[in-house]
Amino acid sequence: MEAALGLLRRMPPKQSETALSALLSLLPQHSSDLLSQVDLPLQVLRDAESRKDFILCEYNRDADSYRSPWSNKYHPPLEDALYPSSELRKLEVEANDIFAIYRDQYYEGGISSVYMWEDDNEGFVACFLIKKDGSKSGHGRRGCLEEGAWDAIHVIQVGPEEEEMAHYCLTSTIMLSLTTDDEPSGKFGLSGSIRRQMKMELAVAEGHLCNMGRMIEELEGKLRNSLDQVYFGKTREMVCTLRPPAEIVQMRLPDS
Amino acid sequence: MADEKDELQETELSYDQKKEIAKWFLLNAPAGEINYVAKDLKEVLSDEEVYNEAAMEAFPVYNKSHMICLEMPSRVGDVIVSSFSEITENEYLDPRTAQVAIVDHVKQICSKVRPAYDEELPSSYIEEFRSALDAEIQRYVSESYPKGVSTVNSVKGKDADGPGTDFELVVLITARKLSPQNFCNGSWRSVWHIDFQDESQVLDIKGKVQVGAHYFEEGNVELDAKKEFQDSTIFQSADDCAIAIANIIRHHETEYLGALEVAYSKLPDNTFKDLRRKLPVTRTLFPWQNTLQFSLTREVEKELGLGKNSIIDYVYVVSVYLLYKPRISSRYQTFCANAMNILDFLKLQKAPMPGIEPGSPG
Repeated sequence: MEAALGLLRRMPPKQSETALSALLSLLPQHSSDLLSQVDLPLQVLRDAESRKDFILCEYNRDADSYRSPWSNKYHPPLEDALYPSSELRKLEVEANDIFAIYRDQYYEGGISSVYMWEDDNEGFVACFLIKKDGSKSGHGRRGCLEEGAWDAIHVIQVGPEEEEMAHYCLTSTIMLSLTTDDEPSGKFGLSGSIRRQMKMELAVAEGHLCNMGRMIEELEGKLRNSLDQVYFGKTREMVCTLRPPAEIVQMRLPDS
Repeated sequence: MADEKDELQETELSYDQKKEIAKWFLLNAPAGEINYVAKDLKEVLSDEEVYNEAAMEAFPVYNKSHMICLEMPSRVGDVIVSSFSEITENEYLDPRTAQVAIVDHVKQICSKVRPAYDEELPSSYIEEFRSALDAEIQRYVSESYPKGVSTVNSVKGKDADGPGTDFELVVLITARKLSPQNFCNGSWRSVWHIDFQDESQVLDIKGKVQVGAHYFEEGNVELDAKKEFQDSTIFQSADDCAIAIANIIRHHETEYLGALEVAYSKLPDNTFKDLRRKLPVTRTLFPWQNTLQFSLTREVEKELGLGKNSIIDYVYVVSVYLLYKPRISSRYQTFCANAMNILDFLKLQKAPMPGIEPGSPG
């Protein structure tokens, strides 16, 4: 398994789907481990009834059907499927609405979905997902990107309420890829993924949604900055190490 | 082997399928990481035979496309393994020293050298041009690339005895920086085709530069950049051609590096914004605590008997306006004013308003 994960870390991020399916076919006995530890770019399905798209993931799947957060129905329809409790569903509906607005504010487009379900410890787990196509032909407002994709997966485990406090554990994964194609710089592509965790004990006074939302906003911001400054910065440093910018260009003239 | 192929069980892959997968992993390894990939791959496959065969097929392709440099024994120098210097799959010519290196692709070493045969080398007429260019490029590379290696191969018309025929030289520049302990590796590959056209007395120059970098400390990020170039100059004496070509290459590569720097500097505030902004347009964090506001919108919808999609955008915008009045742009202000008017109108009507689509007012 270690070796499999090592391989995935080295393959080009854009080929992660191919790499994962190759590994799944080589190591079928580890498929559940692999699928739970590796994130792939998110897929989307249309909920015709609500006229909205929703994101597919392990957390809204039952057999081969996926539950839409807007209509709470499975696509394709499924009998005896799993649903969150009605109380949790209320929170889920509110979360979807608010998260959609958050998404619009930061992403100026894109698709979001939130799924919740009870866990074994009298708490619950919530999964907030965002998918954005930032390319010129997608929702890229400034038309800089030939190709651009951002997938964010935030999974929060919320512990049971104790003395008006609750424990939150957030794991966030960001996968992104961007490509520009301009005259002077040719085809310039950066892609990658990172994952981080954040744990907090917070008062439940303002509601779970508020606490979860704040944590997600903070971690997303940190990850965005990290990707931009640290990760992309390192690749920039590498280019300058390979070929330092020419301070003085000595042009040799013909000896005639 | 034949038995394994026949035993195509449902979940078991065939020998050939496993081999193709193994080759895929090897070929897609970033610069300088093929040996780490190989190690992990061997463990995942747990089948020596498949791995060995895959490696025999994949390593040569990988080595040639990455233009790896191998040290030749007796400190003769380095040879660049590429499709341009290939004589046979395991033999590569180094024109500078007129030696042919025999290489072991999987081990990535040069096991021995032999002097090149006459028919493997270009004619003395071509060699004049080749070696002049080689010297100029070497000078350029040693100035500009801390860890660069270059070579000039003669690819077409290498047997021409004198003027009157076209011939082609290919300049290869390769530089690699491998810091696995810092989780960072990178490579630069330049391939420049110089087409010496006798009739028009013009040198047609086509170049391609490919830069890659991989940083993978608690994450995984890759840079993949490439650019193609086109230029030309006049056909002169060997020495003058060499100088002109080297200047052209230097000019384009320096300019490209500058353009890459610009692309990087635009990232945080422009390019990245198309994916995700640093902050909302209000320049403050999202008001999560105002969830009360959002519940109110649902009450309003219920009261007015409207579907969710038709009103939430308006009420949200109005809320934003009320919260951030002084900092909102005038475009938002107009929108909010319109929205508020419509809301008042709706409250009076107390009936659904057909034809209201979210986001339709200007």
